[in-house]
Amino acid sequence: MSPVLDNIDLFVDGFLTSLEIILWALAGTLPLGVLIAACRVSPIPPLRAFGTFWVTTFRNTPLTVVLVFCAFGLPELGINRSFFFFGVLGLVLYTSAFVCEAVRSGINSVPAGQAEAARSIGLNFTQGLRYVVLPQALRTVVPPLGSVVIAMMKNSAVVGAFGVGGDLWSTGQRLTSALGYETFPIFVGGVAVGYLIITLTAGALLQVLERRVAIAR
Amino acid sequence: MSQQQTVLYDAQGPRARRRTLIGTVVAVIALLGLAFVVYRRLDERGQFSMEEWGPLIDPGNDAFDAVWRLIGEGIVNTLKAATVAMVLSIVLGTLIAVARLSLGRVGRIPLIGLVELFRGIPVVVLVYIGVRVLPDVGVDLRGLPGGQVFWGLVIGLTVYNMVIFAEIVRAGVASLPKGQREAALATGLTSWQTMRIVLLPQAFRTMLPAIISQLIVVLKDTSLVTFIANFDELLSQGESIQRNLGNPIQTFFVIAVLYIAINYALGRLAQWIQARQARGGSAVKATARGDLAPVRDGA
Repeated sequence: MSPVLDNIDLFVDGFLTSLEIILWALAGTLPLGVLIAACRVSPIPPLRAFGTFWVTTFRNTPLTVVLVFCAFGLPELGINRSFFFFGVLGLVLYTSAFVCEAVRSGINSVPAGQAEAARSIGLNFTQGLRYVVLPQALRTVVPPLGSVVIAMMKNSAVVGAFGVGGDLWSTGQRLTSALGYETFPIFVGGVAVGYLIITLTAGALLQVLERRVAIAR
Repeated sequence: MSQQQTVLYDAQGPRARRRTLIGTVVAVIALLGLAFVVYRRLDERGQFSMEEWGPLIDPGNDAFDAVWRLIGEGIVNTLKAATVAMVLSIVLGTLIAVARLSLGRVGRIPLIGLVELFRGIPVVVLVYIGVRVLPDVGVDLRGLPGGQVFWGLVIGLTVYNMVIFAEIVRAGVASLPKGQREAALATGLTSWQTMRIVLLPQAFRTMLPAIISQLIVVLKDTSLVTFIANFDELLSQGESIQRNLGNPIQTFFVIAVLYIAINYALGRLAQWIQARQARGGSAVKATARGDLAPVRDGA
């Protein structure tokens, strides 16, 4: 494993850049996903249709295609940004469809009787949402949303492979192709382990969170 | 789905209906406005010209035949890689699940470790390991039909998906009523026979939607190889088409539509099977509806 230890500073840099991609993407995709979910459950038909269109499109397109669209298509329209921006944008768009579905399934999992009961004891719409429906929905959302987020962390490697420099993947790429290191120790001992640190930590945190918010129904 | 029942609001009265109508009009105007802005932008830059679209949609165009031959080859290769990876993942995943279910508390620890390990590594890294690292450490796959890159891709996808299948199968078997296993054992079947004749067939039935949903994931993931090596799957073919014709928006649009069409059809198939199972006719009706909703996280 010494090729990894020799370049540990590069790997640490790559690790931090990967985290940066993940955090930016999270900051974008969670609000966007919730917004699309709000469209999908809203009483206004065209918004519902728009939400369904969005989810169908981004869930059935490979992330790679979304990324090439962002990077080759948007410049044609006169939108020129860094590869980092396009990479994160692609990840945000793609993941938002999955976030939306997780949130929507959470809202739909609250039995209709809960809201009816809330209304019948005199709570108005906002109160019913605030005290009865949302607290239950949010708890149900945690496990599926968590696995969407972890999948997104893994997908940040695709953003790296796509050409965003400096993350874990690109570090491995650079060490093996430009600096001539063997692929085995770099990718198995370095890149894979780096991502495992991220995903296993996130998985453990998720489990703690799940246990804390778990409800018996 | 038009009269979708949600918990959020009641059946609407006259005032709410009026508000909905106003909202509808506003939303339609906003969405049309957005579409128009995008359209104008595309049009200003000549993205609707036949020069850009011709090779893709005009059969009279010189490049049309060549372009669609490339795309056809791409679809075939994508489906081939996805199918082979899928079959291998199901077989290996089932083996892992059965082993995990039949081993004792201590014996299954290494298997749980294996599952957690491969689930935590991005699939693109596993594909890279399959395509690039395996040849470097002396695994020669060139002799196999399909060649090195094909099998490297298949191995990468299989390693990632077999552990997901192991989980699906395990959940499927665990969701069967306990009496199934007890009854099978009581009739004198050995535990292996119980698994093979009684439990797995029932589990596979309930798992079918989850299996198809995972096939969509595998199909999408075949395109990851584009960034790693030369393999003529759908996205790579699109890449070389747009490099020659210089029309990225149009080419990738067509490629995206093809992916969406294939995956959407598969998704509907999964939904249809699930709905049919939920309606009944299955010995494990109760479980078909329950906790085996298709696994479709962002993988």
